[in-house]
Amino acid sequence: MFRFKIKKRQEPLVWSSCLVFLGALSLSLAVSAIMLALQNKPPLTAIVLLFNGAFGSLLAIQDCLIKAVPIFLCSLGVAVAFRLKIWNIGAEGQYALGAIGATWVALRFPDLPWFVVLPGMLAMAFIAGGLWGLIPAVLKLYMRANEIIVTLMFNYLAILLLDYLVYGPWKDPVSFGFPMTREFSTSAIVGKIGHTQLNWGIILCIFSGVAIWIFFKYTRLGYELKASGENINAARYAGLPYHRLVMLVLFLSGALAGWAGFLEASSTINRLQPGIVVGYGYTAIVVAWLARLNPISIGIASFLLAGLRVGLEHLQLDLQVPAAFGGIMEGLILLTVLAGSFFIDYRVSLGKKS
Amino acid sequence: MNLEFLIPLLAAAVQSGTPILYATLGEIFTEKSGILNLGVEGIMMVGALAAFVSAKFFGSPILAFLIGGCAGAFLAGIHGLVCLDFQGNQVVSGLALTILGVGLANYLGTPFIGQAAPGFSPMPLPVLSKIPILGPVFFDHDPLVYTAYLIPPAIWAFFRYTRWGMGMRAVGEYPRAASAAGLRATGYRWAGVLVGGYLVGFGGAYLSLAYTHLWTNGLSAGRGWIAIALVIFAFWHPGRAVIGAYLFGGVMALQLRLQASGTHIPSSLLLMLPYALTVIVLVLSSWKRQGTEVPSALGINIEPSE
Repeated sequence: MFRFKIKKRQEPLVWSSCLVFLGALSLSLAVSAIMLALQNKPPLTAIVLLFNGAFGSLLAIQDCLIKAVPIFLCSLGVAVAFRLKIWNIGAEGQYALGAIGATWVALRFPDLPWFVVLPGMLAMAFIAGGLWGLIPAVLKLYMRANEIIVTLMFNYLAILLLDYLVYGPWKDPVSFGFPMTREFSTSAIVGKIGHTQLNWGIILCIFSGVAIWIFFKYTRLGYELKASGENINAARYAGLPYHRLVMLVLFLSGALAGWAGFLEASSTINRLQPGIVVGYGYTAIVVAWLARLNPISIGIASFLLAGLRVGLEHLQLDLQVPAAFGGIMEGLILLTVLAGSFFIDYRVSLGKKS
Repeated sequence: MNLEFLIPLLAAAVQSGTPILYATLGEIFTEKSGILNLGVEGIMMVGALAAFVSAKFFGSPILAFLIGGCAGAFLAGIHGLVCLDFQGNQVVSGLALTILGVGLANYLGTPFIGQAAPGFSPMPLPVLSKIPILGPVFFDHDPLVYTAYLIPPAIWAFFRYTRWGMGMRAVGEYPRAASAAGLRATGYRWAGVLVGGYLVGFGGAYLSLAYTHLWTNGLSAGRGWIAIALVIFAFWHPGRAVIGAYLFGGVMALQLRLQASGTHIPSSLLLMLPYALTVIVLVLSSWKRQGTEVPSALGINIEPSE
């Protein structure tokens, strides 16, 4: 009889993470193909269409970049919290709150010039999203409430709050009954870069990404954060301010997601409506984990999963594949990568059973 | 408030609390073995769809209910594979499972949206349903509500009096000590994951077979997450899970009634009730607690030995 011998590696394999990712991706694609066949869709055609639709033309790639912006910002926030082993599942709600905060400024001050309105929206989205993240932090620290469940419940609450606003007090009087606010004035819209479809939000992404990277790499606070995440008890003995770190991290996490909501409302849709909440906050968790919380990898993974969404739109149009297909692929990829990471950390060999 | 309003409300509370009860009991069973499964929402959705489709094709609600459970166990098995065999992080794996399960159910369920399937209908128990107040509240329901009454005492007795139950508790508290005592820790955890997933699948099946009788996407609407919160509220005790589940059933029933009665409160604010209550209940049951009821090894993987 043979049996597997499992040994922990001294040094995790570096090059193999690419291999694991490719293996995981192929496995996920294979299962997805079966799912497509189950609904009588041609699997191969569909997968080719998925890739072509996402990355096959310059226009498609622009579309991927546009969708990557909110995913990247949410994911960056989620990753900051994960660094401290705080499970922020609430990016979706923090994103919604950011959109609400920004919309409040846009609707309240429609006549002010852009260089006043836009920074106001930016600040309000930051505060609103941040506070939506801070409340679970306070409940966790002072009342021991599990942050996974609280942040998740805050997603439902945020989305219903958004619904309430656009069906009620903020509803556009001339929208023919559609639940949406009136269109933002031009001074409240983040413009496009040159002749491209891309908006200036990308600059905000780069700025945030670099800032977070510097924060973890070169600042004392960032170092403390990482250390506390590695070992909470040791950090407490060393006198690191754990409570303050948790609050800071969840505020920052929510604020970044809030910026994503601001950009989506202001630049992509130009108003607030329920359709703004499309699951970027959950995709962000997948991205953060696939990227192992590294800001640069988060950028790449955001782009790839944005590509999945763009490709999926083509599948919906051409083959009537339901939108939920994206969830299957995201879930599969994350599960297979998670299982595959085993081979990075452990060495498996065949040995004789004694 | 008069009895004519209160009794139907309490009866509705028991009915709409039943899917949450199945799910909460399933998660308690899993967590007792030391595995945290955050995939409850996804498992419920897949269980609901599997049961719905089987009822449609086989025509037998009982068979469909059992298949719903099997689908739940299957999905939970993926979590078991990732965490028990491949040492994956339990929180992340559970979240991924929810994303996958919700996606699967909504994707495969799209052709069935709005369709009906044969399900369970109320079957008042003789004699018992004639008891004033208690009768109509507890004994005038579909059979799945009654089977849900039997599971909490069964789980309680299992963990308290049987060798396997005690072994599973040991694995959830101190897996290394349990292994040293000759128990197969991974085996117990597999049992916890699969049986728990089976019960959560029942919760989903209840939604499509007895609660709505028709398929809509997003059927479980956060009930899986409420169940996870209720495990903490229940301090991992099946008896307290009953109270929590019916409390939430009551809030959901009340909210539906308020909407139907045409109040001036906007429906989106009414819909917030169960989620807001979840946060409140979670805070109240965690506050000033030492957390001694948590299985000590919850969420911590068992490292493979040489």
